[in-house]
Amino acid sequence: MQLEKILKNYPNEKDYLIEILIDVDKAKEDHFVSESEISEIADYLNIKASHICSVMSFYTLLSTRPRGKYIIQICKDVPCYLNDTFNVKETVCEFLNVAMNQTTEDKLFTVEFTACIGCCDEAPAMKINDEVYTKLSKGKVITIIEEYKEGLK
Amino acid sequence: MIQRIELTKRFDKIDPLSITDYLKNDGYKMLKKALEMKPEAIIEEITQSRITGRGGANFPTSIKMKSFSRETGLKYIICNADEGEPGNFKDRYLMEKDPHQIIEGMVISAFSTGASKGFIYIRGEYKKAIDTMKHTIVEARRHNFLGEHIFDTDFNFDIEVRRGAGAYVCGEEFALIESIEGKPGRTRVKPPFPTEKGVFNLPTLINNVETFCNLPFIIRIGGTEFNNIGSNFASGTKLISLSGNVKNKGVYEVPFGRTIKEVIDILGEGVPNGKKIKMVQLGGACGAIIPPTLLNMDIDNERFEIFDSKMGAGAIIVIDDSHDLFDIILRNMEFFLHESCGKCTPCREGHVQIVNLIKKFVNYEATMKDYHSLESLAHVIHETTLCGLGQTSPTSILSTIEFFNEDYMERINNRIQEAK
Repeated sequence: MQLEKILKNYPNEKDYLIEILIDVDKAKEDHFVSESEISEIADYLNIKASHICSVMSFYTLLSTRPRGKYIIQICKDVPCYLNDTFNVKETVCEFLNVAMNQTTEDKLFTVEFTACIGCCDEAPAMKINDEVYTKLSKGKVITIIEEYKEGLK
Repeated sequence: MIQRIELTKRFDKIDPLSITDYLKNDGYKMLKKALEMKPEAIIEEITQSRITGRGGANFPTSIKMKSFSRETGLKYIICNADEGEPGNFKDRYLMEKDPHQIIEGMVISAFSTGASKGFIYIRGEYKKAIDTMKHTIVEARRHNFLGEHIFDTDFNFDIEVRRGAGAYVCGEEFALIESIEGKPGRTRVKPPFPTEKGVFNLPTLINNVETFCNLPFIIRIGGTEFNNIGSNFASGTKLISLSGNVKNKGVYEVPFGRTIKEVIDILGEGVPNGKKIKMVQLGGACGAIIPPTLLNMDIDNERFEIFDSKMGAGAIIVIDDSHDLFDIILRNMEFFLHESCGKCTPCREGHVQIVNLIKKFVNYEATMKDYHSLESLAHVIHETTLCGLGQTSPTSILSTIEFFNEDYMERINNRIQEAK
């Protein structure tokens, strides 16, 4: 099982909790940490499940509910906003026919906002999972998403 | 010369993933030199250099190092790479383009203060920087620049990368420490300071990425020579993250004492599309918004204190005249509303109310009463919160009340009587 493999990479010391949670989130196609996984991690690190829940709810990159295979994160901070001439958010949401923080019916995409991802010199920018896309134009956004849809990325 | 290329001299000239390239370009030579010096002598050079922290708070690096070096037992060094302030990206550049320089600076710090374990805390969003730093640590270990008996001396020091999981507040030192311990990133009450009681309650020295990168440079030219670079107020160079409505966005290394206008006009080549500068935000979302008439100020930490804020980590965000002041402030405030950790009531609840008030200004619904509430709330948050987030988040409001007061009055005077 994925989780067991991940736990093996870390000593059972409680400060590794966030590292473990990030790994679980990334390893799973639906990018979330389930209740049973939380209790398994709690047993491994000898901490309370409630503590893990408080950590999960604090950090934006972690989720306790299933998300799409590809998480599209759109930067909404000022440097990107100043260079966003076509509205990245609307382009993505319209093209995928999905609202913010929602997942498409085919479970392929979840659209979220992100805080600044440090690509202000190539704004506007967005991330899809770990991949960063910059200097976006309307056409570029659509091409990128289409490539993900067709399984080319 | 507007630029002075020191910390960025290897950018795009070496393969960042190749330790051989780094070694061919003076890499780890300053570590070797430092290991031949007495630890006190290294700290003395750093004192002479008058360098201050490059993460935004500008605390003298040598004072931190001195009090940290007096502590005994197991001690930690943390490199703060949780660069999350909107408009800042210079630490990402340092990690992605010259990662060994950071390791070299950290090892020099550890040797001079007697620390044996280090962390680099990198925000989870910076995947490439995380991968690069992990690779770099392995390479440095293989070449005996990290681990046991570094350069065949008795000195041992090793580094581990820890990832953030999407929380801006973890750039604050105690929030970062809590996060490394596997907890939500909520700050602690100071004192005790991290140098006395930091991660796992042990003495901890936390510095910004750029601060560590300055140490090999200081060892190379000496503290006195370093102090000669810059202005009377600040020594050395500063990496500036230039973004917004400007032609050449990017990271520029500039000696202190140059003006903001020089950076925007000469390095950035001004505003494109025939537009004019309406305002410039300094430092990031937490920084002051100033009008074009103030751009002749130096890039200098002291001078910025007139806004009770500083240059921050060196972001300059240029905003042209097609943008609305309140739209920009609203974005800043929504950011802080989302990023507040919730520990201090004025920050947690205050940002909710501030966002509501700014929305009224955006929609031409604000009254004089709203204006006074906004001003008083901004002061309360600034004065009554524990950490840098709440202390600096109202800066864009306080600075614009001072410099763009006519914009506030224009909204109030043109108020739409019936709310939409």
